[in-house]
Amino acid sequence: MDITTITEAAYVVAALLFILSLAGLSKHESAKNGLTYGMVGMAVALVATIVAVIDASDYVDGRGLSIGLMLGGVVIGALIGLWRARIVEMTGMPELIALLHSFVGLAAVAIGWNGHVLGSHESLNSLVNIHEAEVAIGIFIGAVTFTGSIVANLKLSARMKSAPLMLPGKNFINLGSLVLFAVLTAVYVTVEDHDTQTIILGALTVLALLLGWHLVASIGGGDMPVVVSMLNSYSGWAAAASGFLLNNDLLIVTGALVGSSGAYLSYIMCKAMNRSFISVIAGGFGIEAGPSADVDYGDHREIDAEGVAELLKNASSVVITPGYGMAVAQAQYPVASLTSQLRERGINVRFGIHPVAGRLPGHMNVLLAEAKVPYDVVLEMDEINEDFPETDVVLVIGANDTVNPAASEDPSSPIAGMPVLEVWNAKDVIVFKRSMASGYAGVQNPLFFRDNSAMLFGDAKDRVEDILRHL
Amino acid sequence: MIIGVLKEAQAGETRVAATPATVAQLLKLGYDVVVESGAGELSSFADEAYVEAGASIGDPLTGDIVFGVNAPTQEQRDGLKAGATLVAILNARLDADLVADLAARPITALAMETVPRISRAQSLDVLSSMANIAGYRAVVEASHAFGRFFTGQVTAAGKVPPAKVLVVGAGVAGLAAIGAAGSLGAIVRATDPRPEVADQVKSLGGEYLSVSDDTEVSTTGYAKEMGDDYKAKEAALYAQQAEDVDIIITTALIPGRPAPRIITAEMVASMKPGSVIVDMAAQNGGNVEGTVKGEKILTDNGVTIIGYTDLAGRLPAQASQLYGQNLVNLMKLMTPGKDGQLVLDFEDVVQRGITVVREGELTWPPPEVAVSAAPAAAPAAAPAEKKEAKAPMAAGRKVGLVLGAIALFWLLNALAPTDELRRHFTVLMLSIVIGYYVIGKVAHALHTPLMSVTNAISGVVVVGALLTVASGDTTVTVLSAIAILLASINVFGGFAVTRRMLLMFSKGN
Repeated sequence: MDITTITEAAYVVAALLFILSLAGLSKHESAKNGLTYGMVGMAVALVATIVAVIDASDYVDGRGLSIGLMLGGVVIGALIGLWRARIVEMTGMPELIALLHSFVGLAAVAIGWNGHVLGSHESLNSLVNIHEAEVAIGIFIGAVTFTGSIVANLKLSARMKSAPLMLPGKNFINLGSLVLFAVLTAVYVTVEDHDTQTIILGALTVLALLLGWHLVASIGGGDMPVVVSMLNSYSGWAAAASGFLLNNDLLIVTGALVGSSGAYLSYIMCKAMNRSFISVIAGGFGIEAGPSADVDYGDHREIDAEGVAELLKNASSVVITPGYGMAVAQAQYPVASLTSQLRERGINVRFGIHPVAGRLPGHMNVLLAEAKVPYDVVLEMDEINEDFPETDVVLVIGANDTVNPAASEDPSSPIAGMPVLEVWNAKDVIVFKRSMASGYAGVQNPLFFRDNSAMLFGDAKDRVEDILRHL
Repeated sequence: MIIGVLKEAQAGETRVAATPATVAQLLKLGYDVVVESGAGELSSFADEAYVEAGASIGDPLTGDIVFGVNAPTQEQRDGLKAGATLVAILNARLDADLVADLAARPITALAMETVPRISRAQSLDVLSSMANIAGYRAVVEASHAFGRFFTGQVTAAGKVPPAKVLVVGAGVAGLAAIGAAGSLGAIVRATDPRPEVADQVKSLGGEYLSVSDDTEVSTTGYAKEMGDDYKAKEAALYAQQAEDVDIIITTALIPGRPAPRIITAEMVASMKPGSVIVDMAAQNGGNVEGTVKGEKILTDNGVTIIGYTDLAGRLPAQASQLYGQNLVNLMKLMTPGKDGQLVLDFEDVVQRGITVVREGELTWPPPEVAVSAAPAAAPAAAPAEKKEAKAPMAAGRKVGLVLGAIALFWLLNALAPTDELRRHFTVLMLSIVIGYYVIGKVAHALHTPLMSVTNAISGVVVVGALLTVASGDTTVTVLSAIAILLASINVFGGFAVTRRMLLMFSKGN
């Protein structure tokens, strides 16, 4: 038993703990335990690695500097990470997570380049080739993840236009990039000269960076929940690729875990939006069909906060369906106190959450949890859809496409077939909106013109507070 | 135009079609008002009060529009001017002779009890406003005849049980009765064939007794007569309730039909002595066997049955005010110019609905108006069909995909040149499968925490960076240091953010 075997054993422990962590995170009851497993696993992996590295670097030049950089990097990184995590607004969660994905991508790129600089310690030519192929693949996945996540972050924080980028022949660009990547990898593997290799690898990195940027830029902001979850998966694959490169099973196991669970999560989201999974991973599944021809939907009806308060007082069952607008307006706190006040009056208040509401899977749940809405009244779309006919009042707060009846009634609509919250079956529907503009999908919403809907214009937070005053 | 307000000729009628308050509003619409002397006497409105409000005292039959509560007598009808408009509760559905008589005259007749039950017309709905008063009064009459408290009390002199009240029919009158009885402290139960009123009953503090599971959603806003099977279940329910409750208030009326017989003589006989029944349908024959129209009687077993038909009229000032206001609202609707000129618009379903005779021409009965209270059939069929079409295709493809993936893995492993690579592939493949299964049934609310924890875990690339940092090569050390920094942000930030989120998820108490 020496340091190496102890480290190897510790990696197995860490991998097991990560599996337990993911399993725990899929249920409310075990979520906190899952988190603990994950943290312990990470601590085991870090400590084992650091000890092993210090032990192995006995005869290496600049040992002190290396160890200093290593520990310094971890500590500074930890401080920055903890600081960001503490100050982030819950509404800014999607941006933060996208940014963190980009870090994994960039780290994987750095590790790949290290692999290139250090070269292979193998003597057999075929094994050197394998090593070089691993370098190329690792850098490629890492770089795609990096720029993709950066673009997602920019789009989510509205520093970049959220409309999909429509380059001519975008599928050709994506496919061409993959082919070019394969060619470059082959050349990189066969060329013997190290300097030429460096240039080729540089070109390959740039290509991957561009591809990552293009992949995500050509996806509209409304589809960001899927994108973020897909990037999560990519960051896992990037880690796994690094594992191949470094002959490290822990990285492979962890990377594959994250990669496959992220892909599965994306698949769930795609099903919820009725999109093809393949076209999402391939990037650029923008809206193909234009909005249907101008149809006269009739007039919408306006209502004031006092009227809504009156409706709520007389209701016995209320459902609130929030969307991204609630996050933008930071309305989750007044919504939560509205909920508790109505519940005190004996009114059955529940939330109906569309799977893709917000900009991140489960975004709405996080916001409502932040405002201390008990999670057992927060229901999924499938759980609540059949209850709408018995519901007195539905409050649609900042949601649009996810409550659009055109999805199930108008086969020519761009969002046709997407499962939606069937709020229009309720007795009264109050729609909180800033204006009559259409949602992310650019589709008019016939819900607003229904006889049982009324519009409450203005900032969602202000309006909900107005209602609270009138209750 | 001049509006004439009749003094009611029918014996026992205490109401009047206008009060000083409504006269003032009619004047604002541009009309002149002539009130028959003594018209408001029984409602405690003196002639002087009308004069003070701006009306004159005189012969109402000189008016272009004549307001009455009940249908005018033969003599009054003969006195109407040619072209006059008569507005009153005419009972047009039941009184065919009266309708024929009116149609023979060169007048227009509007029957206030036929206002359609749509939201817009609620302000003119005489039946609602009168039923509201009658329901209240029914409880007052019942409590007057009932020799006990309504509310339960524990006193030094002993315990008093609360009275139990059964209200049959949760229309406007029924709901008013539920509210009034409830506020006196009684235990109130209510029945109604329309299940959609259950919530309204509950909202007034009553308990809704369902006769059966059959749902019957009304499209006209009124209850309909029910089928035989339903009646049998209903009878069983009432028989059981009659033995238990102290007071029964029946309000079951089907427009234009004799009242249904709901409480039989046996049920009355099974009630406790001292119990009270108020039959609000006595006018149309009564819901209770043994009701005497307009009378209060005592049965052999000591049950009081009240069959008053003038419950609303027993609150004359209130009833007159509400009825008068209904008429003012009608005038507002029919005086679009606010210039004292009456315009009858047949395009409007409300005005069409109440017109019995137009300028001597019979327009009765009007087309039925459907109210929008019942939701249209839900369009739930379409999405279900789509799901079905997709399922079989998915099953076949799934198997194909899984087998394809396994074959691919076999190929990879077979081609892998070294044992090491083969081992890596194996580990990779097993981890992918585990990753898929551990996520399996993730709760939707946990998507974000799960994603941020997987993000933190993928920060494990830090291990890779750590392994290369002490290689001796400066470039590598720098690159590794950057990677360590970034990956550490990821690891610690990811776990901390997840922790923050999980702490927020709480189950309500």
